[in-house]
Amino acid sequence: MADQILKGEQVVADDWSFLGSEEPLPNTAQPLVFEYGRWLEQHDQCIDYPGPKGLALANTDSLSQLVPDLDLLQLICIDFPAPGDGRGYSLARILRERYDYRGELRAVGEVQLDQLYLLRRVGFNAFALPANQQVSDAAKYLKPFSASYQK
Amino acid sequence: MYQYSTVDQRLVEERVEQFRDQTRRFIDGQLSEEAYLPLRLMNGVYIQRHSPMLRIAIPYGLLSSDQLRKLAHIARTYDRGFGHLTTRQNIQFNWPKLEQVPDILADLATVQMHAIQTSGNCIRNTTADHLAGAIAGELEDPRPYCELIRQWSTFHPEFTYLPRKFKIAVSGTENDRAATQVHDIGIQILQDPASNEVGFRILVGGGLGRTPVIAKVVRDFLPKKHLFSYLEAILRVYNLAGRRDNKHKARIKILVNSLGIERFTELVEEEWLQLKDSGLALDDASIKQMQAHFQPFEYAPETNGKDSVAAKRSDSPAFSAWYEHNTQPHRLAGYRIVTLSVKAPEQPPGDLTHEQMDGVAELSDKYSFGQIRVSHEQNLIFADVLETDLHTLWLELVKLELATPNIGCLTDVICCPGLDYCGLANATAIPIAKQISAHFDDMDYLYDLGEIKIKISGCMNACGHHHVGHIGILGVDKKGEEWYQITLGGSSEENASLGKIIGKAVAKNDVAKTIAIILDTFVAQRQDQESFLDAVHRLGIAPFKDAVYG
Repeated sequence: MADQILKGEQVVADDWSFLGSEEPLPNTAQPLVFEYGRWLEQHDQCIDYPGPKGLALANTDSLSQLVPDLDLLQLICIDFPAPGDGRGYSLARILRERYDYRGELRAVGEVQLDQLYLLRRVGFNAFALPANQQVSDAAKYLKPFSASYQK
Repeated sequence: MYQYSTVDQRLVEERVEQFRDQTRRFIDGQLSEEAYLPLRLMNGVYIQRHSPMLRIAIPYGLLSSDQLRKLAHIARTYDRGFGHLTTRQNIQFNWPKLEQVPDILADLATVQMHAIQTSGNCIRNTTADHLAGAIAGELEDPRPYCELIRQWSTFHPEFTYLPRKFKIAVSGTENDRAATQVHDIGIQILQDPASNEVGFRILVGGGLGRTPVIAKVVRDFLPKKHLFSYLEAILRVYNLAGRRDNKHKARIKILVNSLGIERFTELVEEEWLQLKDSGLALDDASIKQMQAHFQPFEYAPETNGKDSVAAKRSDSPAFSAWYEHNTQPHRLAGYRIVTLSVKAPEQPPGDLTHEQMDGVAELSDKYSFGQIRVSHEQNLIFADVLETDLHTLWLELVKLELATPNIGCLTDVICCPGLDYCGLANATAIPIAKQISAHFDDMDYLYDLGEIKIKISGCMNACGHHHVGHIGILGVDKKGEEWYQITLGGSSEENASLGKIIGKAVAKNDVAKTIAIILDTFVAQRQDQESFLDAVHRLGIAPFKDAVYG
């Protein structure tokens, strides 16, 4: 994962670690991001993990199975495989508006500075930018418009 | 017409600054070609054969005289003195410099115009009946809904990176001049037969391009208040399930066809149940507030213009022909709707010079309440002209070369820019339009033929809407040579249908000759005053095919 992320309007160190598919569960309580497949397959083990829990979703994953677990999660990452692939925008709104998910919602993958504004408006509040995007510049792209037509 | 609020104005100004910054970063090398591409497209900038092309939004085809003057200024200052009206009621400039585009956008913002979402995989300019508000038989004016949709769709956070472009059209009469059946979403204003309530029929999945499809009904009747929630439900289903692996299969029509309209409808209705009470409701007050922007003009009390028109017509056969073909009844007695033909012989269809734009702006101030409409047939319209002014107006339009009396005739051709300008085209289109005007210069013959719509596209993307031309012409490239495939029997109106191919493509120089053979066949087989389209539907394409390929 990126070392630094944009969280809210601040650039901060990312204190989450990603658990690879073959890696065993650590014996610590560090913040840990699970793959969605593993989360579903080893469900009991995963939800018993004592530290803060996050999930990494592809933009093709179905959210309905996830709903009962949302209260257990402090972080959901949604992957953007390409800048023009907008499925993640719909997933974010569904998580926030329909399922009332309140934790951190992080856009990861091919996220462009010029997309931060719309990403924030659908409910993302954290952004892991790819290496070719300057995270130090990111905050100024959050609000190019002072109003919006949609609520 | 709609006047910007301070918020609308601020948004277009902020957009100019955003795009200025993006363009500067691209020119400085901070933004890659790939990263800049979707950003420029969402501001209507294409990189074309000769230079960038800028497409400017004309929401639902409606312009004020000041806006048209500003377009003239842009044509003069940043382009080569002309602009091109598109088949979606917008205008394109073919010769701006990329570094000047932000300045053009800033100029546009001073007259409440922009180029937002005129390209890219987002919701494009919403189009409407170009006779809205002036034509008889209208249940309601579609333009307030178009403006509501324009605002709802502008910078929509969820639907800006769709699988592919997305076009919406709204019609308020039974005669469908907005081509709602060949749009991604078509909205028809209608009355619920059960309750008499006015609302919408929603069509989905129409479109032209490589895979032409007539739209299907997804909801027979939608109460007005649910407009946005229903649109969001359709778009969300499309955004999540539309194909993204192949751009030629990414339009919503492909999704609708692959799921079947029944399954697609179930998914939309399921999504809509979740959305309909989520704060997206369109209340009556908002509708009324928007309708207040589109109130009827202060029309003159009923005057008798008939006598003066009749006298002038008997004096001047040229005026008479223009009156008959380029004007039509207004919903109010004493007024006529006038079409300015942007189809003069030897001119590319839809091209306007800056002098013409200035001239039209001035005439609209004098004769049509300072408003001008752009039709998807690439003409201009003065929708509210006093009959007693018609003769004077005609004399002025003749001077501007905008009075060719050919509206609805064979030479009122719809045509894309084709290979002369467009980077996607396989063949030229404008020279074919010119070949047709040159070949068919006997107006009396054309009048006898009646209404015939020719539509020409220079490639399968079908910007010239050839599939729905009564006669459609598609340019194809065969080993470096231009050939043209001809279809017959298409229509984009209430009787929407796709044309059928008559046979193998014909050589470039043979297009007009081939059309002449088709027309001879029509004349020989015509029953009474039957229209060309009706004749093709009655006869099928066989007799035409036999005559052409014999």
